Amino acid sequence: MLRIALLMLFRDRAKYVMLVVGLTFCSLLMTQQTSVFCGIMLWTTATVRNIDAKVWVFDAKVEQVNEVIPLREIEVTRVRSIPGVEWAVPLYLGIEQARLSDGSFQNVQLTGLDTATFVGRPMEILKGHIEDLRLPDAVIIDQVGVEKYRKKGIKIDIGTAFEINDKRAEVVAICHENRSFLAQPYVFTTYDRALQFAKPQRKLLSCVLAEPKPGISAKELAARISAVPGLRAFARDDLFWTTIRWYIKNTGIPISFGTVVIMGMIVGIAIAGQTFYLFILDNLRYLAALKAMGARMPTLTAMVFLQSFSVGFVGFGIGAGLTTLFGYKVLKLETPPFFMPWQVPVAVAGVIMLICSFSALIGLRQIAKLEPAVVFK
Amino acid sequence: MSSAENSSAQPVAVRVDKVTKTFPNGETPTYALREASFEALSGQLTMIVGPSGCGKTTLLSVICGTMEIDSGRIEVFGNDLGAMTDAEITGFRCRNVGFIFQQFNLIPTLTLIENASVPLILQGWSYRKAEEKAASVLENLGLGKRLRSFPKQLSGGQQQRVAIARALVHDPRLIICDEPTASLDAKTGHHALELLKQSACRQDRCVIVVTHDSRIFSFADWIAEMEDGRVVKSCPAAEYRHA
Repeated sequence: MLRIALLMLFRDRAKYVMLVVGLTFCSLLMTQQTSVFCGIMLWTTATVRNIDAKVWVFDAKVEQVNEVIPLREIEVTRVRSIPGVEWAVPLYLGIEQARLSDGSFQNVQLTGLDTATFVGRPMEILKGHIEDLRLPDAVIIDQVGVEKYRKKGIKIDIGTAFEINDKRAEVVAICHENRSFLAQPYVFTTYDRALQFAKPQRKLLSCVLAEPKPGISAKELAARISAVPGLRAFARDDLFWTTIRWYIKNTGIPISFGTVVIMGMIVGIAIAGQTFYLFILDNLRYLAALKAMGARMPTLTAMVFLQSFSVGFVGFGIGAGLTTLFGYKVLKLETPPFFMPWQVPVAVAGVIMLICSFSALIGLRQIAKLEPAVVFK
Repeated sequence: MSSAENSSAQPVAVRVDKVTKTFPNGETPTYALREASFEALSGQLTMIVGPSGCGKTTLLSVICGTMEIDSGRIEVFGNDLGAMTDAEITGFRCRNVGFIFQQFNLIPTLTLIENASVPLILQGWSYRKAEEKAASVLENLGLGKRLRSFPKQLSGGQQQRVAIARALVHDPRLIICDEPTASLDAKTGHHALELLKQSACRQDRCVIVVTHDSRIFSFADWIAEMEDGRVVKSCPAAEYRHA
């Protein structure tokens, strides 16, 4: 009878299309919005993902990676003195103002790397050499900066000079980095030069990057460092999730995206539920005839669930496909945020199937109440 | 039995014994059947006749087990429906009963061959075999060239033929027809009954037709007349027509 159920569904084209469109819209809205949300959350952790270090040490009051409370230079030595630390290097992180050759300004995310080791260096150099960072005034700029300047009509290439806080900087390499939450270009230089670029302050060290000794986990070392008064350390993964949790807790981003996702669900339930209910009502007489002819309730239940899940799978498939297409185009542009981990389509598929189950149960309620004798009326 | 006993040599296919069925209606229940008794024999076309509201359709519903009774006993081919569970009755209906409904109840989104093969599919036949069997029955009923048509593409008479094919396809021992001519004009209704009589009536099969259309009484072998929930007269059709 399952084939009969599918034929009954597919050949009722108006309702079938309505159901699929409703669930496609619902699936698209939920998958796309959740993926954009994940993309934004990923942007907030760009610094953690761009700088490869196992343990990050901050001031004790720091709650996430984009929040910098400067430390004293001595903290690098204090961290190095903690048992289990293989090495520790300073890192400068700050938002500085770059002035372009045409006089316009652009905020940049200045990152000062340990001069000797370049720990935290850009992961992918597109043009030039990382070693050239030791040259006078040398900086490395990421592709976001190149693109931003290009839109302003300024071509950035190796040898291009500009100013950071009125001090000359010269591009020696171009790198590819993960985009940051504020979409400011990442500019890398040495730690010492970064301090020269930075506005004068009593304390300038943003954080300390540390490596645990063999046999000690990053979490364990982070716990040991955090026990030192005035310091707070995170294992890289913990910092990643702590940052995301901070944005979820302290910004309106989850509420605005969550509202759209819930609206998608409501639209799905309203359209799919109502249309499927109408589909069942339209077929009630025939279902009663089937009941009279000997169709048992489990058979009818299987038929109704199959019909419901069929439209669910098709609607989800089209919706997820459209989202993927959107993501593909967006990722090519690299402008809007988009990240679709496997959990997103799986969760949305689960929600769609819940909506379908709900719709099927509403219909089944009618069928269960149905006396087969109604066909004689 | 209110009138003549059905004493033919044919075995009794359906025996309804003092069956009462009420429907709740405020404090006073409405009696649809009042100790109705009736027999239908194998190999005969039995008509249940009477005015609207006399309980014909209710009697039909309880005979095929689609409605429970308050009291009395119903036997269909020796099976006491009262002693069977719901699932057993459903299975029994699936194997032994063919239905022809007043509104045909052909599923509009299924082709004729798919509609006619439904009872076989319900019995677990494969789709291919079920459609082969359905095709042969439809061909016998003159619909061989319309197998892939949909019900709405057919006339009322043709739809009735599909309904007959669906009722016969699984070789049931009992055929139940509810007002088979109600949706048809006189000529088409006459033709449908002719077809039903030719194709359905067999020695081992009982056909029960509920109707108030006196123009088709001539097709009956036996007629049971109902009034106010009781079978008030039950006799051979010839005797009924002369009376």
